[in-house]
Amino acid sequence: MFETFLAIVRRDLILAMRRRSDMLTILFFFVIVVSLFPLGIGPEMNTLRLIAPGVVWVAALLASMLALERLFAIDYADGALEQMLLAPQPLSLLVLGKVAAHWLVTGLPLVLMAPVLGIQYDLSLDGLRVLVITLLLGTPALSLIGAIGAALTLGLRGGGVLVSLLVLPLTIPVLIFGAGAVEATISGLGGEGHMSMLAAILVLSLFFAPLAAAAALRVSVE
Amino acid sequence: MSAAEFFAMGGYGFYVWGSFGVTLLLMVVEPMLLKGRRRAIQKRIARMARAKVGER
Amino acid sequence: MSSRIVNWFKFSSPATFYPLAGRMIPWFTAAAVILLGVGLYMSFFVAPTDYKQGEGYRIIFVHVGTAWMSMFIYVVMAAWAGLGLVFNTRVSAMMATALAPTGAMFTFVALWTGALWGKPMWGTWWVWDARLTSELILLFLYLGFIALQSAIDEPRRADRAGAILALVGVVNIPIIYYSVQWWNTLHQGATVSVSQGSSMGTVMLWTMLIMTLGFWAYAIAVVLARVRCIILERERDTTWVNELEGGVR
Repeated sequence: MFETFLAIVRRDLILAMRRRSDMLTILFFFVIVVSLFPLGIGPEMNTLRLIAPGVVWVAALLASMLALERLFAIDYADGALEQMLLAPQPLSLLVLGKVAAHWLVTGLPLVLMAPVLGIQYDLSLDGLRVLVITLLLGTPALSLIGAIGAALTLGLRGGGVLVSLLVLPLTIPVLIFGAGAVEATISGLGGEGHMSMLAAILVLSLFFAPLAAAAALRVSVE
Repeated sequence: MSAAEFFAMGGYGFYVWGSFGVTLLLMVVEPMLLKGRRRAIQKRIARMARAKVGER
Repeated sequence: MSSRIVNWFKFSSPATFYPLAGRMIPWFTAAAVILLGVGLYMSFFVAPTDYKQGEGYRIIFVHVGTAWMSMFIYVVMAAWAGLGLVFNTRVSAMMATALAPTGAMFTFVALWTGALWGKPMWGTWWVWDARLTSELILLFLYLGFIALQSAIDEPRRADRAGAILALVGVVNIPIIYYSVQWWNTLHQGATVSVSQGSSMGTVMLWTMLIMTLGFWAYAIAVVLARVRCIILERERDTTWVNELEGGVR
């Protein structure tokens, strides 16, 4: 079971390494969106410190939406996805593998980039630490929930915008608890409660999202 | 209570009639749209049925 | 007694459901007109003026009923969608599709009346209150469902993809609601309830109930009418539709 999972992850990582520009595009998008806010709001540091958790989190959310389109599209186009549907291994496991690889390529860079962007906003060390932890817990959940939307919109015209429309409302809890944890830490309230909620969401989506996404893939591909 | 007083709603006229009015408007428009949709599909079916008869 | 057991699957075929729905529509239309008429009369002439909010509070008679319907319809929609997915019955999926626009309409009305209620009471059109925010998210969920189904040309895929989305949404709604509430209390935003400051009188409760029942009857009538349209559109090439509707005009 686990070997299948690893095989899928390895395969998808190799494929992603051949198209490194995709990965960089998403990372740049994240950086640019976060850097635009001070230009729109003004360089007042007190304000920026206040909005930093929300801005970084919303930008991460948008960036991961942007990345979703490619999750199944390439395999769908070259027919590999159909083979996966016929494979004896449970489809949800394959989906989980694909999402894991997808997160490593598109989610993890965001997490690693976030502290640098946080410094732009003068976040405290504690704030930066919590920001990284929440993104580490939250972005996999975003990829998992997003996988359902990506599977549902597979091969549809205007799929990229549609997937955001479907998935964004469902990711609101992740956003609330993720940004809330950072905010609570900065204001000295402590973000442990938020972080445990975020962890709970991650566990729930780890279990349910692959099942739903697998069902959606069957609907979309058949 | 006079009619004018009734429509003024104690100064809340705009808000009260705005709420009830839009609700009522939507509840009239929706069935009308459906009626149009139904008529369109019925016409189409009738046209296709006539076309089929014409073929014979 | 076995003859009295209704074979529910019989009605899951469009050909049998279509005339049944047609027979039900006038009844629910009549019920909606009567209930809403009585409800409106009670809203304006029976219910007394609120001592704190004056006449403005009368907005809650539409607001509460529509807000309640907006949530109820989403759950019903998900239930039909789930039935359609499990039993593979076409009519169930069509019911889910037919419910979505009416649900979205009620959600919009709830938001609209909430804003019109908030302006005189709170001084702003919009407050990031937990309930209003959840209602807004509900509207997004409806719009997502409608957008997904209209983006898919093949009816069978549209039905099943919509069903999965509706089920995912209905599982998520409690989590969303809880997180919004948490967010709201943390930021000490306006936690104002619609019935704040006024003890709910019996007359008010009855008025609200009658209005809600009226909306409910309206929703059933409209949804049945819409499902009939959907059936005709999808089954336009079948013999039964041509026999039934081919002769009309």
